[in-house]
Amino acid sequence: MKYLYYPGCSLEGTAIEYNRSTQALMKLFGVDLLELEGWNCCGASAAESISYLLSMVLPARNLAIAEKAVKDMDIKNEILVPCSACYLNLKKVEIKIRSQPELLKKINTVLNEEELHLHGNIKVRHLLDVIITDFGPEAILPRVKRKFKDFLIAPYYGCQCLRPYIIFDDPEAPRSMEPLIEAVGAKVFDWAMGGKCCGASLMNTKKEVGMELTTAILKQAKGADAIITVCPMCQMNLDAYQNNISKRCGENIRISVLYLPQLLGLAMGLSKKQVGLDLNLTVTQEVKAIFNHYC
Amino acid sequence: MESAIKQKPAFLPDPLAPVCKMLQACIQCGTCTASCVNSFAMDQTPRRLWRMVIMGQKDEVFRSKTFALCSSCYYCTLRCPRGLPLTEAMAALKQIAAKEKIASCKSGTLFYTSFLESVRCHGRVSEMEFMTHYFIRMKNPVAPFKYTSLGMRLLSKGKIAIPLTKKKKGPGSLKALFRKVAELEQLS
Ligand code: SF4
Ligand code: SF4
Repeated sequence: MKYLYYPGCSLEGTAIEYNRSTQALMKLFGVDLLELEGWNCCGASAAESISYLLSMVLPARNLAIAEKAVKDMDIKNEILVPCSACYLNLKKVEIKIRSQPELLKKINTVLNEEELHLHGNIKVRHLLDVIITDFGPEAILPRVKRKFKDFLIAPYYGCQCLRPYIIFDDPEAPRSMEPLIEAVGAKVFDWAMGGKCCGASLMNTKKEVGMELTTAILKQAKGADAIITVCPMCQMNLDAYQNNISKRCGENIRISVLYLPQLLGLAMGLSKKQVGLDLNLTVTQEVKAIFNHYC
Repeated sequence: MESAIKQKPAFLPDPLAPVCKMLQACIQCGTCTASCVNSFAMDQTPRRLWRMVIMGQKDEVFRSKTFALCSSCYYCTLRCPRGLPLTEAMAALKQIAAKEKIASCKSGTLFYTSFLESVRCHGRVSEMEFMTHYFIRMKNPVAPFKYTSLGMRLLSKGKIAIPLTKKKKGPGSLKALFRKVAELEQLS
């Protein structure tokens, strides 16, 4: 099976381990990820803060070349996106142009500069959606080589794979990762922060406020062994400032923040190196011990 | 009320007009405010900000930092009983602030324009290049230190590529697209 794949800028930089583990996991499912040739930055949170049209055109360029690519390669009309921010930016264009022909026309006027044309027949899919909908625990269970018993995992979904478009999970009380966590023998940590905001780009523009949000999430995660995420921005915000936050709030809030495909991949027999575990900024001694014990 | 009327002469093009249109059906129920994770840090709640936009209180709107504190969590958009595109309205205000060079939004605007400059030139973002660009334009010699320790940790993990690596099969410059976008926006 083949999927067209849009890694996005983070997965080439700060989130290489997400890229690596996603590719390795999909291989275990018998899937080849074909990277979209010539893809560009989706605009992140920058384009929408500067120009609406640009925030439409940047994702649209990717969709236009993706439409061509799926045709040429004769694969299904879908593009798989692991980063939630990229996912939403691309999804927005997919959905808006369906009901706004004027917008589509304007986008195409710009794309014409590169002799590209968007028709609007490609479906944007988040990695989590693909994992739970196209594979799910049924596909994972028979492939599990290691059961992480007593491993307590807090599933963290963040915002942009859940809202505003309701595609594959409850946008207020998401649960889609739970059967996956259970499939690898681990336990789900019961908390209410799974769909709360990590501060996203406020971490760059209004750091003090962003820190408040991550602090609240990390405090609530106390008691869990690890947090599992499906977004590079969430992972970075929750992972990178833990020393600072521990100092600020006078308690140790350090916790490992892993990507979902890292956890699933390890359980399905991949090595720590194959899922890029050495690349996460924080992997606590406790979690290292658990993985050393099993892997 | 009086000042609101004074500030909105009908014959001047009002940059807030398109945002006002997005918000017209607001019933001031406050669901957005109650849903906003960042309202604790805002000088005006989202509900109040919408009212100010609708009343055309441009100066007050841009004196407020509320829209710059939106982290695009989409809770308000999801929950608004009138189905209004509130996260987009916040973004629209950021866009106006950037265009009108509103002083209180300067550092956020600089951050985003530096980011986009990297995208314009290379099609993708080179984190190192754009941060350098940002710090130079901020003219704030201390700013980089806020990020140094994280930067060093990322470097040690090989997560920041310096110098800009030649991206395989990359898109190259997107200057033509950026130019056309600017041209169309000028027209509208
Ligand atoms: S939730 Fe919607 S209707 Fe209610 S105050 Fe906010 S914008 Fe207005
Ligand atoms: S999208 Fe922005 S304004 Fe709306 S609730 Fe989230 S942070 Fe607040």
